[in-house]
Amino acid sequence: MSKAQIILADGTVFEGRAFGHIASASGTVVFHTGMTGYPELLTDPSLAGHILVLTYPLVGNYGVPDRGIDERGISRCLESEKIQVKGLVVFDHSRSFSHWSAGLSLEDWLAEEKVPGIYDVDTRALVQVLREKGPLKGRLVVGGDNWEGGGIAGSKMVENHPIAEVSCKEVITYPGNPGAKKIVLVDCGVRHSILRNLLRSGLTVVRVPWDYDFRHLSYDGIFISNGPGDPRLCRITIEHIRYALEGEKPVTGICMGHLLLGLAAGGKVIPMKNGHRGHNQPVLDTVTGQCIITSQNHGYALEAESLPEGWIPSFTNMNDGTVEGIRHKSGPFFATQFDTAICKKPLTL
Amino acid sequence: MKPDKILLLGSGALKIGEAGEFDYSGSQALKAIKEEGIKTVLINPNIATVQTSEGVADTVYFLPITPYFVEQVIAKERPQGVLLAFGGQTALNCGVELYHKGVFEKYGVDILGTPIQSIIETEDRELFVRRLNEIQVKTIESTAVQSVEQAQAAAENLGYPVIIRAAYALGGLGSGFCNNRDELKALAEKAFVYSPQVLVEKSLKGWKEIEFEVVRDAYDHCITVCHMENFDPLGIHTGESIVVAPTQTLDDREIKKLREVAIQIVRHLGVVGECNVQYAFDVSSDEYRVIEVNARLSRSSALASKATGYPLAFVAAKLALGYGLHQLKNSVTRSTSAFYEPAMDYVVCKIPRWDLGKFQGIDKTIGSSMKSVGEVMAVGRTFEEALQKGLRMIGQGMHGFMENRDLVIAEVDKALHEPTDMRIFVISKAMQAGYSVEQIHQLTHIDKWFLYKLQGIIETGRKLEVLSPPENHPEEGELLKSRGLQDRSLEQQAKNQKQQVKNWGEAEVELLYEAKRKGFSDFQIARALWKDDMTQEHPLTIRRLRKALGITPVVKQIDTLAGEFPAQANYLYLTYGGKEHDLEYCKDKRSVIVLGSGAYRIGSSVEFDWCGVQALQTIRSEGYRSVMINYNPETVSTDYDVCDRLYFDELTNERVMDIVELEDPAGVILSTGGQIPNNLAVILDKQNVPLLGTPARYIDNAEDRHKFSTMLDRMGVDQPRWKELSSLKAIEVFVREVGFPVLVRPSYVLSGAAMNVCSNKEEMERFLKQAANVSKQHPVVVSQFIEHAKEIEMDAVADKGQILAYAISEHVEFAGVHSGDATIQFPPQKLYVETVRRIKRITRQIAKELSITGPFNIQYLAKGNEIKVIECNLRASRSFPFVSKVLKINFIEMATKVMLGLPVQPPQKNEFDLDYVGIKASQFSFNRLQKADPVMGVDMASTGEVGCIADDTAEAILISMLAVGYRIPVKGILLSTGAARQKVDMLSATKLLHRKGYRLYATGGTHKFLKENGVPSHRVYWPGDTSKWPQALDLMHQKEIDLVVNIPRNLTKGELDNGYKIRRAAIDLNIPLLTNARLADAFITAFCSLTVEDIQIKSWQEY
Repeated sequence: MSKAQIILADGTVFEGRAFGHIASASGTVVFHTGMTGYPELLTDPSLAGHILVLTYPLVGNYGVPDRGIDERGISRCLESEKIQVKGLVVFDHSRSFSHWSAGLSLEDWLAEEKVPGIYDVDTRALVQVLREKGPLKGRLVVGGDNWEGGGIAGSKMVENHPIAEVSCKEVITYPGNPGAKKIVLVDCGVRHSILRNLLRSGLTVVRVPWDYDFRHLSYDGIFISNGPGDPRLCRITIEHIRYALEGEKPVTGICMGHLLLGLAAGGKVIPMKNGHRGHNQPVLDTVTGQCIITSQNHGYALEAESLPEGWIPSFTNMNDGTVEGIRHKSGPFFATQFDTAICKKPLTL
Repeated sequence: MKPDKILLLGSGALKIGEAGEFDYSGSQALKAIKEEGIKTVLINPNIATVQTSEGVADTVYFLPITPYFVEQVIAKERPQGVLLAFGGQTALNCGVELYHKGVFEKYGVDILGTPIQSIIETEDRELFVRRLNEIQVKTIESTAVQSVEQAQAAAENLGYPVIIRAAYALGGLGSGFCNNRDELKALAEKAFVYSPQVLVEKSLKGWKEIEFEVVRDAYDHCITVCHMENFDPLGIHTGESIVVAPTQTLDDREIKKLREVAIQIVRHLGVVGECNVQYAFDVSSDEYRVIEVNARLSRSSALASKATGYPLAFVAAKLALGYGLHQLKNSVTRSTSAFYEPAMDYVVCKIPRWDLGKFQGIDKTIGSSMKSVGEVMAVGRTFEEALQKGLRMIGQGMHGFMENRDLVIAEVDKALHEPTDMRIFVISKAMQAGYSVEQIHQLTHIDKWFLYKLQGIIETGRKLEVLSPPENHPEEGELLKSRGLQDRSLEQQAKNQKQQVKNWGEAEVELLYEAKRKGFSDFQIARALWKDDMTQEHPLTIRRLRKALGITPVVKQIDTLAGEFPAQANYLYLTYGGKEHDLEYCKDKRSVIVLGSGAYRIGSSVEFDWCGVQALQTIRSEGYRSVMINYNPETVSTDYDVCDRLYFDELTNERVMDIVELEDPAGVILSTGGQIPNNLAVILDKQNVPLLGTPARYIDNAEDRHKFSTMLDRMGVDQPRWKELSSLKAIEVFVREVGFPVLVRPSYVLSGAAMNVCSNKEEMERFLKQAANVSKQHPVVVSQFIEHAKEIEMDAVADKGQILAYAISEHVEFAGVHSGDATIQFPPQKLYVETVRRIKRITRQIAKELSITGPFNIQYLAKGNEIKVIECNLRASRSFPFVSKVLKINFIEMATKVMLGLPVQPPQKNEFDLDYVGIKASQFSFNRLQKADPVMGVDMASTGEVGCIADDTAEAILISMLAVGYRIPVKGILLSTGAARQKVDMLSATKLLHRKGYRLYATGGTHKFLKENGVPSHRVYWPGDTSKWPQALDLMHQKEIDLVVNIPRNLTKGELDNGYKIRRAAIDLNIPLLTNARLADAFITAFCSLTVEDIQIKSWQEY
C-alpha cells in the first residue's frame, strides 16, 4: 500500500494511503457530510474538478451499483456516465462489499476510471481545516511526486470553465408523451437523476449545451440544471436566461441553475466560506414558514440584499441564513439551490 | 396557552424491556418543562432514578403507575397537562386506560404531545394496519385474533412459520416464532395472558431490520434523526440484537425511500413529538414492511439520542408544549437550529448484556422476545473498533471479538443457526475454525458486510499471533508522543521506529497500528503475542511500546454535524481513527473524573447512575470541571448536559489511563460507580493516578477476602466462619466443624449459578460435581450459613475514618436472600436498640481501620444480639439513593465533598427521628426469562426496584408491592408453605386470609398443617400426582387462583421439581407469586389490614 498525502494550498498536509488509481491529482478540496450516496456523489457533475472528502468514515460498504447507460444515453443509477471528482479522500473503505445491486468495489471502480483515492486520513481534522479556511485548492500526492503547492496555490487557478467539460456537446431531444409540453434543459452538467425525473413525468425535454442559444427554440419552459464551478463566469448562459425572463414562459432551475437565474435577474453571487454539501441542510420556506430538510451540494450563494425589485428569497438556510431559493413576485420564475427527497408541494412547471 | 402544571408518568421499576432509558427520557423532559417555568409533578416509584431526585420535578410521588393511583394524584394535584410518552409502555398503557375511563376529561387534563388517538392506532394492530393501508404503506401480513382456536386458523391461513405477538406489550413480551400447530398453541396461550388481542404474523425471518427515529412538531415539520441497522436479521428482537448506527448496508436510494415512508407514516398518524418506525427490509428485492411504530420515547430513541447527540426526549417535551422545531436550538452547536438531521462521522454499536447465567433452568436462546438486562454503546471510526470496544464494555470477561478464554461449543452449525446470548462469540469461534463468510451468512443471515469486517479482525489477530514479541521495550518519552502530521514524514518516523524495537521492522509497527485501528486492546495484543506466557505486566508493556512508537488514540467530538459547525458541548470518544485531538487540554488540574457504572446488569443499575450524577453535580458546583467516563446509553450520566466533559468510552485500565493522561485531573472518583471502577483501584493507584477517597490499599484490604478477614479477627469483630478449600475432603472436614447449611462459592464456575446454599452432604456433593471443578487451581470458598438471621445494611459516609452520616436499614427477609433481591425497610422497624448500638460501634471501628473517606456499605447478620460482618464495600452501594431520599440527606453529595477535601458538617437529623418509613421492594423479570426458576436466593435475580414511603410499615409494604406489579387477590390463594418453620411463620397470615374470606387451596403438607391449626383449606395436588384431582395447575389455568404462595423448602437450587412447575406456571400465567415466607407474611398482613383506598396520596415533599 503506497503512502500518500493530501496537501492543501495553505501548506497543511494530511497523510494517508493510496487506493484506487495510484496517481496524483489536483482540485478544489470540499467535504460532504452525507452518510450514504458515494456512487451518486462521485458521478455528480457538480463536483467535477473537485477533490471530495467524505466525513462519514466507512465508505464503499455497498459497493458500486449498475453503471449502465440506457438507450437514451442516461445513466440508470448514477448521476453521470463516469466519476467526475478528481480524487476521493476517506478514512476507511470496504474492499469487501455487500449489496444485491453491486458488482464492483469502490476501490476497483476508482482504479478502472483512473481516479485516485486516499484513505486512512484523519478526515475529521481535515474537515475542520476546511471549515475554518473555506474551500482550498489541494493536491493528492502519491509516492515521489513532490508537489509544494506551486502552480495552483491560491484561487488563481486558470482553467477552462468546468461546466464546458461536463455539459453535453450538442442538442439532444428526448421525446415525451404525444402532445406533451416541451422544456429546454440547459445542461450545465445535469445530474442524470434530474433527467430521469423530468422524463418520467412524460415531458419532451430538449437538452442543450450550457452556452447554446436556445432563444430561437420554441418551448413551454426552461429548466437550468446543476453544474460545477463559478456561475459568474457563465456570462453567455446568463445572457440567454435574461432574455427568457423577458418572456412569459416559466423559467426554473436547481443548484447552478438557481445561481444563474439569480445572476440573470440582476443579483450578485459570492463564493461561500463554507459551502453546503450534505443530505441534511435545513431550509425555511419564507412564504409558508415551513421547514424542510434538503440535499445540497454548492459552494456559491446568492446575496439576499442583491436581489432586485420583484424578486424574493423564497427559501433560506436555517443555519447560516443564506439564500436557498428565489421566486419572482409575479412572473413564473423560480429556482432552488437544493434537492429534497420529500417536499409537500413538489415544484411543478 | 402554556399550562401551569404538568404531570409526567415514569416507568416504575427497571425490568427487562423497560430499563434506564426512561429515567433519561423523563429527566430530559422534566428539564425541558421546568425551563419554561411550568410546575412539574412526577409519579414514579423508582426511587433510585435521577428523575426522582431533588430539583428535577417539583413534586414527586413514589406511587405505583396504575390508573387508580394516577387518578388520585390528578384529583389532588389538578395538573392541566399530562405527558405519557416518557415512561415507556407502562406510562402509555396506563394513560390509554385512563383516557378510556374518561379520567383526563373529568379533570380537564390535556394529553400533551402525540394525540391519544394516534397512540391507540399504533398499539392496536388492526387499526394500525388499516391506517397504514390508507397511505399504501406496507405492513406485515397478520391477523388479529381473540382466541387460541382463531390463532390456529389464522396461522394455517398465513402458512407456517408464523410469529405470535401480544398487543399492547412491551419488549416482545409473550411473543415468539412457531413452526407448527403445537408450538403455536403453547405460545398463543401464553400471549393471551398478557393481552386480550394476539397477532398472528407471517414470519419474515431473515429479512434485515432497520429503524428510523422520527420527530414531528405541531407545525408539521418532520425530520428523521437517526437510522439504525440490526446486525442480527429479523427474528431477533431489536433489544436482543447488536444494533449499528447509522445503517451500514443500505444504499442511498433505499435509505431515502425508508426515510420518506417513515415521514409519511408519522404525518399520517399525526404524531407530535418522537416516534420510532421499525422496518423489515428484504435484502434481495428492496421490499419493505413496517413492523411496528412506537409513538413514544423508547430504548431506541435513547440510543439514537446518544448515538447522534440529538436530545430526542428534550425536544419531544418542548414540542409537546407547542414549540416548533425551528424555534429550538441544536444543543450541541448551540448556534444552529434543532430542525436538522444529524450527520455522524463515526459509527456506533449497541450490544445487549444478558445475565442468563444467573438463572437455573433458563432457555438461553435469543429470539423475538427480550431477555437482555442492559446494553452498551461503543463509538469508533471503524466498525471493528466500535464492536470490539463494545464487547469489552458488556463486562462479561470478554476482551473483544477474539483472544478470549476458549469457548466450548458443541455444535457450531447449530449454535450459529439457533442463536444464544453467546452468538457473536460463536461467530468468532466459527471463523477461527475455518468457516467462510458465505457459510456463516447461510446459517445466520447476518449481512456479509458485517461478517467481512469480523473476518478482518480475525485476520489481523492471526497476523499478531505469528509475530514475535518485541525484544526490547522502549520507554515512553523517547519518541514524540503523538504521530505528527506536518512535522515529520512517514519515512523519518519509520526510521525512528526501527531504532526502537530491535526485532521489529516497519511492517510489525504497522500491524500494531492496524490492530489498534480495529479495536484491539493492549490486553488482546499481549495475549496474541505472548499467548499462554502472557503475564499481567504484558498489556502494560504493549502500552509503553505503543506510546514510544507514537501509536496513541485521539479524542474526537460527537457534534451532530460531522464537523460542519463548531461544537460547544464536550461529548467525546477516543479512537485510533485519526491523528489529531478535537480539543486542547489545558492541564490546569481543575478536572475531576468520575468513573461510571457501565452496562446495567443484575446487581448494578440505575442506582449507580444516580450516584454518578450526584457526584458530577457536586463537582461542578464546587467549581471543578466535571468529567464522566461511561458507556451506557440508557443513563443520565451519559447525557452530555450533566457534566463538563463526557467521554463515552470504556472503563478499562487502558482507556481510563488514556483519558487520565490527557486530562491530568485533580482527582479521580471510583466510589460512585459500583464494582467496575472499584476493581480498577489498585492498578490505577500503581500508575500514580490521583484517586480521591479511600486509599487504594484499603480498598484492596476490604475486597480481598483473606486480608479483610484477618483484619476483622485482629479487631475482634465476628464474621461467619469460612475457608478457601481445594479438595472435597477438606470441605467435608470444614463442614463437620460448622455444620450444614453452608454457602458454597466456586472460584471457577462450570455452569449455572455461581453460589449455592447446601443443606446436606448429598446436595453439596451434587452441586460441587455439577457446577464446580474443585482443585488447587480452582478452590471453593465454603462459609457457614446462619439460618433465621436478620440482615442489616449500613450505608455511611466517612472522612478519614470518621463517620459523618449513616443509615441503617433492615431486610424483611431472613439472610439467604441476596441483598439486591431483599425487601428493605428504612429506618429499621424491628431491631433491638442493642443491635443498633453494636452495629454503629463496629462500623466506626472498621471505618477507622480502613481509613475510609467517602461512601461505604457494610452488611451485617444479626441473630439475637450477636452481630457478624458479612461484607464491606468501600464504595456507594445499591441502597444509597433509597436512604438518601428517605432521609432527605444526599449521601453522595456529602461523600463527594469529603473526597474533594472540602469541610462537611455532619447532618443535624438522624434516621431515628423519622416518623415515616421507606420500603424498597424488588422487581423481578421472570416473565421474560423463559423456564427460569422464579425464586429468590443467594444469587441476585431482580432487575429493578422501587422505594415507597408511608406513615407505617404495612402501608409502605402495600404501596411498594403494588408498585412492583403485585395485585391484591380477590378470589383464591394457593398455598404451599415449605418446611415446618416457614409453615409456622406463615400461620398468622394464613389465618388473616381465611378471616378475610379468601378461598384457600393448599398442597398436601400445607393442607394438613392448616387443618391441624384450624384453618380450612381445599386440598389440591402437585403436578407430580398425575392421577389425583384437583390439580393445582388446572385451577391456575382456570383463573381460580390469583395469588400463589410457594415457599421452597430450603435455599438449595435443585432439580426442577413440582414446586418449580407451580412457580413457573404462576409467572407464565401472570399470577402474583410469593416465594419467601417473611415477605409473604408482610404483604398478606398489609393487604388484609389495609385497602388500597386507605393508602394516602402523599408526595415525597410532604414527608
